[in-house]
Amino acid sequence: MALELTAEQRAIANGARGEGAAMALRIVAATARLMGAPSLIPIASAHIDGALYHGDSGTLFAEKLVEGGARVAVRATLNVGSLDLTGCSKNRLEPHERGMARRMMDAYRTLGCEPTWTCAPYQAGHRPAYGSDVAWGESNAVVFCNSVFGARTNRYGDFLDIACAIAGYAPYYGFHLPENRRARIVFDVSGLDAEFLASEAAWPILGSLYGREIGDAVGVVTGIEHHPGEDALKAFGAAAASAGAVGLFHVAGVTPEAPDLATALHHRAPETVIKVTTDMIGDSRRRLSTAASAESIHAVAIGSPHLSGAEFDRLERLIAGRRLHVPLYACTGRHALAALESSGKRLILEQSGVIIVADTCVVVTPILPDIDNAVLMTNSGKFAHYAPGNTGYGVIYGSMAECVESAVTGHPVFGATE
Amino acid sequence: MNRFQTEILVQGQPALAEALVLTAPISFWGGVNPKTGRIADVRHPQHGIAITGKVLCLPGTIGSSSAAAVLLELVSAGLAPAAIILHEPDAILLLGLIVAQEMGHATPMAVKLDRREFTHLTDQTLAIDVAGMVSVQ
Repeated sequence: MALELTAEQRAIANGARGEGAAMALRIVAATARLMGAPSLIPIASAHIDGALYHGDSGTLFAEKLVEGGARVAVRATLNVGSLDLTGCSKNRLEPHERGMARRMMDAYRTLGCEPTWTCAPYQAGHRPAYGSDVAWGESNAVVFCNSVFGARTNRYGDFLDIACAIAGYAPYYGFHLPENRRARIVFDVSGLDAEFLASEAAWPILGSLYGREIGDAVGVVTGIEHHPGEDALKAFGAAAASAGAVGLFHVAGVTPEAPDLATALHHRAPETVIKVTTDMIGDSRRRLSTAASAESIHAVAIGSPHLSGAEFDRLERLIAGRRLHVPLYACTGRHALAALESSGKRLILEQSGVIIVADTCVVVTPILPDIDNAVLMTNSGKFAHYAPGNTGYGVIYGSMAECVESAVTGHPVFGATE
Repeated sequence: MNRFQTEILVQGQPALAEALVLTAPISFWGGVNPKTGRIADVRHPQHGIAITGKVLCLPGTIGSSSAAAVLLELVSAGLAPAAIILHEPDAILLLGLIVAQEMGHATPMAVKLDRREFTHLTDQTLAIDVAGMVSVQ
């Protein structure tokens, strides 16, 4: 099917809104042709994952858009950058990389993007309406936006996210079409222990298992009795998106497109039903750790996705004024940092040995000290997935309570609860 | 001589180069080093091999939405493959070529071919013309 552009879209591609907007629209149109989309649709907002430095070419791309006079046409929040511009934490980037990373972050601001610098924009006030079409990047933000809000987005990668935001349009395919949002796989957790399901640790473990089992398909989780809370769905989605390529999930009775199982399935029979067993959960939990036999840890990292205010409250309760033996890196966005500062909690946490990391996180830029055979403990399924490859640290997975007790002693401690 | 008519996904330079058929899917971000052009994922069976200048045959791609950034970096550093053969179109990866063209670089061509044909390409020298015809030399 050939792509049809409207007169207005053709005009933008031909330079009616300047060369930067023309380049953006050409990129959107080329992607639409590649994916067989018949048209472009207007979008309500964007979340931009492209401002993380991977090399000079990405900085030069953003600066070319700036030189072409481009501005975003819709609300656009920014995902993490490579630098902590708040000064809370330091990183080990070389001077050239640091300079180019800074230029890149500046260029995206000049394009009109909001300096939110968070992978949890949905907890920083960017909450699209149910059924609206948007163009979001960052896999955990994509899956949250689709699943928890019922807004419609594909996984927009680097360059396409900003191109859509400037053009104001996205290719019409994938999750923008209601029929592609139907659950085909049932992920039944009703056979699991209720106490496990009510624990914080359940959601990253379930998410990792779900991602590995389901890949890029759409599934529906059944057997959840009560709404587990936004932070639990955040942890589930992030783990599912990093273990598989999940862009949309439903939870029957919880998420908006799944008031009940039949509705999530669009009243058709599922293609597969996965009955989740306690053994599968045990296996999924084990896979999250690569250094399970380590006797000591060098650091704890939490906050992937970025910590919410409620999660900082729990962290403070769990530490309870004690001094940590190893540093605990708490990654978050400015939205949560501002509240921590006004309440005085930032100082209390830092006095205990917490290192707050804002605007970025410990797996995308070199913040963790370079130590041979180092071990990191985390409560994040996403950190557990990426830390070994990106930081060189082996990983031990535990709940937030276990992470805090381990940070206090310097040794992995399991079984701690609130 | 074997010839395969492929579907062109992204137009680019014709190629004459050795095929590198990956035996497992790869994530470009974290999986390919943009500074060396070599496969950096220690769990990948072809870890350490350079993709630069090869006709890179990809059975599948996985993972991060930053694959395009790595491919753009490879093109701009002169470390890109000579051509890319994919089992199915992957917008997240191929955007790297689309953007590279906008940035004024000459780019490798990307074409689509069923991965079951990849066995005929292993270790062969391939020519790919501008119409997407792949010839085993």
